[in-house]
Amino acid sequence: MDLSFTKEEEAFRDEVRTFLADNLPDDLAEKVRIGGELEKHDMERWHAILNDKGWLAYGWPVEFGGTGWSPVEKHIFEEEAARANAPRIVPFGLAMLGPVLQKFGSKEQQDHYLPRILDGTDWWCQGYSEPGAGSDLASLKTRAVRDGDEYVINGQKTWTTLGQHADWIFCLVRTKTDGKPQEGISFILVDLATPGIEMRPIKLIEGGHEVNEVFFTDVRVPAANLVGEENMGWTIAKFLLGHERTNIAGVGFSMKALEEVKALARRTKRNGKPLIENPLFAARIADVEIELEAMKITNLRMLYTAQTQGAPGPETSILKIKGTVIRQALNDLARRALGPAAAPFPSEAMFGNAALVEAGDVNNAADYFNNRKLSIFGGSNEIQRNILTKAMLEL
Amino acid sequence: MDFSLTEDRRMLSDSLNRFISDKYGYDHRVKVAYDAPFHDTALWAEMCELGVLYALAPEDAGGFGGAGFDITTVFEALGRGICPAPVLGSLLASKLLTAAGADQSALLDGSVRYAVAIGELDAPYDLDAIETEAKDGKLTGRKAVVYGGADAKVFLVAARSGGTLAVYEVKASDAQVTGYALIDGGGAAELFLDATPGTEVLADATAALEDALDAGRLALCAEAVGAMDATNEILLDYLRTRKQFGVAIGKFQALQHRAVDLVTEIEQARSITILAASKMGAEEQAKFVAMAKTLIGRAARLVAEEAIQMHGGIAMTWEAAVSHYAKRLVMIDAQLGDVDYHLERVIATYAA
Repeated sequence: MDLSFTKEEEAFRDEVRTFLADNLPDDLAEKVRIGGELEKHDMERWHAILNDKGWLAYGWPVEFGGTGWSPVEKHIFEEEAARANAPRIVPFGLAMLGPVLQKFGSKEQQDHYLPRILDGTDWWCQGYSEPGAGSDLASLKTRAVRDGDEYVINGQKTWTTLGQHADWIFCLVRTKTDGKPQEGISFILVDLATPGIEMRPIKLIEGGHEVNEVFFTDVRVPAANLVGEENMGWTIAKFLLGHERTNIAGVGFSMKALEEVKALARRTKRNGKPLIENPLFAARIADVEIELEAMKITNLRMLYTAQTQGAPGPETSILKIKGTVIRQALNDLARRALGPAAAPFPSEAMFGNAALVEAGDVNNAADYFNNRKLSIFGGSNEIQRNILTKAMLEL
Repeated sequence: MDFSLTEDRRMLSDSLNRFISDKYGYDHRVKVAYDAPFHDTALWAEMCELGVLYALAPEDAGGFGGAGFDITTVFEALGRGICPAPVLGSLLASKLLTAAGADQSALLDGSVRYAVAIGELDAPYDLDAIETEAKDGKLTGRKAVVYGGADAKVFLVAARSGGTLAVYEVKASDAQVTGYALIDGGGAAELFLDATPGTEVLADATAALEDALDAGRLALCAEAVGAMDATNEILLDYLRTRKQFGVAIGKFQALQHRAVDLVTEIEQARSITILAASKMGAEEQAKFVAMAKTLIGRAARLVAEEAIQMHGGIAMTWEAAVSHYAKRLVMIDAQLGDVDYHLERVIATYAA
């Protein structure tokens, strides 16, 4: 048993820290710190800075322009990036499609798309969920019918995150209607400029525009855009889900959020005393801190398994369940620490108020509501429990 | 980073697990755990020959371990086998004797059984509230629920002496000892002291007592992890085999998700215990031990209550192993500081 990082890993952490200190723009870090909405150019700017360093595709193997980092190194990078308030790396091209193309794509597809992900030419979004296919993804109905050298796509996708910025969408489509639902799904790449596609915003619970619905009407896509074989989309989807799980615990975000909650509870007063001196509120913080301290070790134990045995197992679903519950609990505490001051609807007027921004308080209620999504997306926590029931408990 | 056990600890773990499952099997355990002396004294000697107690003491005190992970290795095995042997008292005593620089060879070879008497009825956890007093080498007061006290030969007693707490060695034969079984098996005692002679082992002992208690708390956390693992195995086996409505009850999602939640809590419990073990001897020892005992207190009770509920009526019987594990898991919280006590210790670190 040895919980410490090696000398090399500590040196790597220093390198990451120094890089972030020197290269993460202050205005971006500040925007992340106060929970402001990142615009497209903000995210692109941060991507470009990381790409110059060669760290943007930090989960990719070296031969595709990645870093080749070990699971532990990736973890250190994520932890430090969160600590420094770096914008999160938009995952759709880098963490999702990239690994799919590397595993299932043709040489042509790899050579064409991967560099464009790295240099920011293509912004990707995800076309998985449908109005009738959420947790039961395999029941998806969006049809792709082969017509010569093309597929003709009709249907609707939803929850397409940041689709408003995207140039391309990777989709799961139905190419076969008989047999088991999982056996008739294909994975296809679609240029959003193709005629017949309409993207409409979905306004979320806190008022933000983060996700979209996408309508496909007789959209003609070259058959060459199919990834892998026809009807092997489910295999790809499952592989991708596994990749979505890196950093699934969100330990770095939670550590940051805990720090913020404590700071907030120190400067907010109740009955003339700092809120943190109220034993009831302090106990709520302690409950979460204890879970988070345990979670950090649970995360490292699974990293250790990934590092020593090759791949993470189904037990990473534990990280999803516990990690999201912890993040939500911290959002809840931040909101409650503010009391009625959490109530104002985030607006230009609020963000323009230096006193409020200085307190870092403007967005806490909105974050709380927005982050209810954490236990729903990427396979709801109930789906994670189903996965664990089968794979780990063998019930 | 390395989450595997060292070769030595793995061997100790294997041999202790094997010893307990071979000789301290469930039926035997239940037979001895509720009748004086509340454990099997012949097996105690054999266990000591395995080196269990030596593993709990550092080399300069005559042992071959004493680190956090030595403690967790031993107690996880004891918990897994729900073993009633009074090892906790030996651990606490060894810590105090080590702090005192006193000879503990008779403790470590198992020939003299020690118990440590700290808590009182109105001071179950708080050292500050201890009322037992020492004056001119005579002790007066009552010590409550002294673990392993039922057949200990020697007690190490925390008592107020002037303005400070000190530790005294009291012979069982000099005191009034009322031994009894605990609801979860194993023995304890009430120790009545009335101008009872004691020899000072440690003056100004608060720090040494806290350190010994932290070691004990860590041990209990590891014991709970072992017992939770065993309980979970029993539960999963039951969910796979018990049929109602024509199917194994493990096919019902209402139970599946609760079983997953238990595994999640157990993994978190294992993690925080590893973390606390790694902090033994470090500046933050008290904080992380308090965190661990808090999480464990909660997780262990949840596992116990859920295991009973998911078993249904059969878990209400003495005959079912799960009922004994559940008792152990619930009662661990009341040993050396419960959830509320340790949560307050964590909160105290937020001051300033």
